[in-house]
Amino acid sequence: MDDMRLVERDVNQLHSKIEAKGVQVYYGEKQALKDVDVSILDRTVTAFIGPSGCGKSTFLRCLNRMNDTVASARVMGSIQIDGEDIYDARVDPVQLRAKVGMVFQKPNPFPKSIYDNVAYGPKIHGLATGKAELDAIVESSLRKAALWNEVKDRLDASGTGLSGGQQQRLCIARAVATSPEVLLMDEPCSALDPIATAQVEELIDELRSQFSVVIVTHSMQQAARVSQKTAFFHLGSLVEYGETGQIFTSPKDPRTEAYITGRIG
Amino acid sequence: MSDATAANPMPAAAPARGKTSLYTQDALTRRRNAAEARFKMYGLVAIVVSLLVLAVMLFTIFRDGTSAFRQATIAFPITLEAETLDPAGARNPEDLAKVTTIGYGNLIGRQFANYLTAEGIVVDGISDKDISGMISRDAPGRLRDMVLADPSLIGQTIDFSAYATGRIDGYLKGRVTLDTAELDSNVSVEQLQLADILTERGILSIAFNMGFLTNPDASDQRPESAGLGIAIIGSLYMMMLVLIFTLPVGVAASIYLEEFAPKNKLTDLIEVNISNLAAVPSIVFGILGLAIFINFAGLPQSSSLVGALVISLMTLPTIIIATRAAIRAVPPSIRDAALGVGASKMQTVFHHVLPLAMPGILTGTILGLASALGETAPLLLIGMVAFVTNYPAGPLDGGVMDPATALPVQVYSWASRSDPAFIERSSGAIIVLLAFLVIMNVAAILLRRRFERRW
Repeated sequence: MDDMRLVERDVNQLHSKIEAKGVQVYYGEKQALKDVDVSILDRTVTAFIGPSGCGKSTFLRCLNRMNDTVASARVMGSIQIDGEDIYDARVDPVQLRAKVGMVFQKPNPFPKSIYDNVAYGPKIHGLATGKAELDAIVESSLRKAALWNEVKDRLDASGTGLSGGQQQRLCIARAVATSPEVLLMDEPCSALDPIATAQVEELIDELRSQFSVVIVTHSMQQAARVSQKTAFFHLGSLVEYGETGQIFTSPKDPRTEAYITGRIG
Repeated sequence: MSDATAANPMPAAAPARGKTSLYTQDALTRRRNAAEARFKMYGLVAIVVSLLVLAVMLFTIFRDGTSAFRQATIAFPITLEAETLDPAGARNPEDLAKVTTIGYGNLIGRQFANYLTAEGIVVDGISDKDISGMISRDAPGRLRDMVLADPSLIGQTIDFSAYATGRIDGYLKGRVTLDTAELDSNVSVEQLQLADILTERGILSIAFNMGFLTNPDASDQRPESAGLGIAIIGSLYMMMLVLIFTLPVGVAASIYLEEFAPKNKLTDLIEVNISNLAAVPSIVFGILGLAIFINFAGLPQSSSLVGALVISLMTLPTIIIATRAAIRAVPPSIRDAALGVGASKMQTVFHHVLPLAMPGILTGTILGLASALGETAPLLLIGMVAFVTNYPAGPLDGGVMDPATALPVQVYSWASRSDPAFIERSSGAIIVLLAFLVIMNVAAILLRRRFERRW
């Protein structure tokens, strides 16, 4: 969280978690993503930045095949997680999504109790054999999401009754409850106030020790604060991808520079 | 827009406008305000008019119909003479059954006349036929059933209470007067005079009429004993079956169309056709039911099963449309959330979408059932307008295959009878029907409250 020492962040010794090669996405006839090649590292926060409609959310949603739910979407190219192509015919998206968790732009807890919200994923994936084990998963997930202390006395209360920031952290707890290897976050703070944003950002930094986190954000400050690697998307293509410090201090591409200095976007 | 455009640099308009005060309304603003006031008034007038019409309708129905729930009865002791009812004297059920209702009718008339004489009640010029004619033609059958069920009553004197005929009943309710009786071949002035005396003596009295809700239909000659029993049973059977047929099919179809079906020309066509089916005149479904369920499949005529099948066909589109709307109203973020934690499509639907859509589905279903409850035309075609006097069997004993009728059909058939006593019966049946509808709507509201989740 130390903004001043961006350049010192060292990520070189980590191995690659996600390898995307030549990813193209079409919505009907319209091409939303053009030939994206990117290698996302394990235990790293990778930020996708870029103006609206640049394809960063589309790419994010390719990583856990949420684009499958859009009837007109077609994905080409290859995306490999730990060397396995997730668009292979043998892959069941349901299993993939347990491995690649997702947090959405708007907090979207189920209209159920806080406990049930977190326990739902482990339940359907059969991760817990008994009530005690499930309780333990719920507690550790809520702790990871820095929400445990606030809600431990009212786990039966409705998840929708929490404040916006708490709801988003509940959604993070729900996503980490299935012990994913990658956590995708689609503008997780855009509906939150600055205090809740700070809490979630802090959380993202902590989650890095366990997962590879990919975050889409509109706020360049946020990208600078939380990420080690940054990818800049523009008009459906990946313009520049590199260490966050380098992207923000000495971008190689003039378009990146124009964006981070506020001239396009 | 006027103020905004005034502020814009529009050289052509600006000079003409000049300096205006906010305290005075210009012509355009006044016109707009007047239009708004007029529009509000139209709305108010429309609502007031429809409320008035509703009030008038309900008032008429209740004015005509409430009297159906009360019925005049004549109570007097009757001696069940063994020599008339069991001439053989052996109490043999077969012998007892040989005495027909005519025999019982004679007995009742004779006993009633004797009773009046014994009590010293005399009306000048009244014939014995007039006296026995005050008792409903329904009484002999009722007494005969009583005796056949319990032959030990023979020889005893029992307190018997019989319906008074429709005209006497109408006299007590104010429908028949001495003036109308003079023109009426069905009732004589003397009978009404006798009725007055009997009322004074407490022999003829008017009380709540349970029989209206439990009795089967009765012929034109004895409106006093006509009841809604079979119609209520038939309607209940049909609602039950319609619910069983339509809810699973309708909900399953909606879920498939809304969540699983690919969006293409075929599903578009199905969608359009479902909407069109909801608008098909109900009589068409009646003809369809007659052709398919009765003539082709050979199901029994007039049965609640066929009625329910036909009405299910009509209710299904309504339920599908309501259910799809309810499913569509579930925010997509919930589906994303469920899919995002790795729920399968079906888990998403059954764990999250369906529970959230439940209030809407139930409301739609109950309202669909309510409209089906009032459906008449298709039932006429499949023979449910038949004159049915035998109660259908229990629902588990194949009662749904037995002939029955339905509430709205009963309203229709009573409304077309000639005896004026059926006017109140018909309105009374409408009240019962309305009560059913109110109950169903209240149930819909309660279920919606019960299942509704707070966001």
